[in-house]
Amino acid sequence: MAITVRIPTPLRKITGGSDEVAIEGSNVSEVLAALEAAHPGIKERICEDNGNLRKFVNLYVNDEDIRFKDNLETTLKEGDELSIVPAIAGG
Amino acid sequence: MDFTDEQVERYSRHIILPEVGGKGQEKLLNAKVFILGAGGLGSPALMYLAAAGVGTIGVADADVVDLSNLQRQIIHNNSRIGQAKVESAKQTINEMNPDVKVNAINERLTVDNIREVLRDYDVLLDGSDNFPTRFLMNDAAYFENKPLISGSMFRFEGQVATFKGNEGLPCYRCLYPEPPPKGMVPSCGEAGVLGALAGVIGVLQAVEAIKEILSIGDSLAGQLLIFDSLKMVFRKVRVMKDPECALCSPTATIKELTAYEEAVCDLRF
Repeated sequence: MAITVRIPTPLRKITGGSDEVAIEGSNVSEVLAALEAAHPGIKERICEDNGNLRKFVNLYVNDEDIRFKDNLETTLKEGDELSIVPAIAGG
Repeated sequence: MDFTDEQVERYSRHIILPEVGGKGQEKLLNAKVFILGAGGLGSPALMYLAAAGVGTIGVADADVVDLSNLQRQIIHNNSRIGQAKVESAKQTINEMNPDVKVNAINERLTVDNIREVLRDYDVLLDGSDNFPTRFLMNDAAYFENKPLISGSMFRFEGQVATFKGNEGLPCYRCLYPEPPPKGMVPSCGEAGVLGALAGVIGVLQAVEAIKEILSIGDSLAGQLLIFDSLKMVFRKVRVMKDPECALCSPTATIKELTAYEEAVCDLRF
């Protein structure tokens, strides 16, 4: 099941510049594991060592924040978009 | 309020809009808007709010104009290098629109002074350049019951959101519960930013502020607008009120302002 993962500017160095990548997985956790396998080093930017989401990074399935769904267990279906949105502070 | 002939002409393109009209223009002239930072975001926001006739504009910034600012901080210019940014901003606004009173606050806002500064204003804009200040501004806005229109940017990407934690809507901490630890995330201008992106994001903040003053249209409260300038795509995602928010939920643990340590500039992220 292919999910489109949207990569924010700060993480595109890890994806070779790609702003979106297609990843297989039926929930957020699986997609993050597959994303890490394809682009090593990306998961530690999104998750803490204990696996929880970092508190300044949000993941959205389409336009819904997974923290208010089933978090990393939020299920995904074909065609869903998973967006990684880190807090940014430049002004 | 009676407009002078000059004001009728100056604001004619607003006044003929049914959604603004003379009444709306009067609201703008009576409005008090505060902007944190006279930098990349503050520059365009200040200029459009001043042009729109926002009657009182407060701006706080402790920095001086540097040559490297001028790639994006369009309220300043070559001859102002070395001057306090807030004084430079005030001069530009005074030359643009004599209807605007500018309160130039040439100091760093801290736990000790920020609430008192914000208290005088109706609408707040955050154009600061670091996380500790953004969390401080959010918390102070919540405690002072003011709407906060937040803009931020990094390289080619920008974010805009309106926070009204005091009105049962999300605050910045509902969106991002805690600032990144030291050295974890980009927050410095040194990481680079497309100058014109500051114009897009800062002007969106000004648009949102004007709508807030006029009570027209749909607010970005409860939403986050994300702009990717390379892809030329705007996206909106929903921002939920966090039922466990440390600041604005019934179980809030933050009862007064606290300062976060300044993050060290780190380009790793």
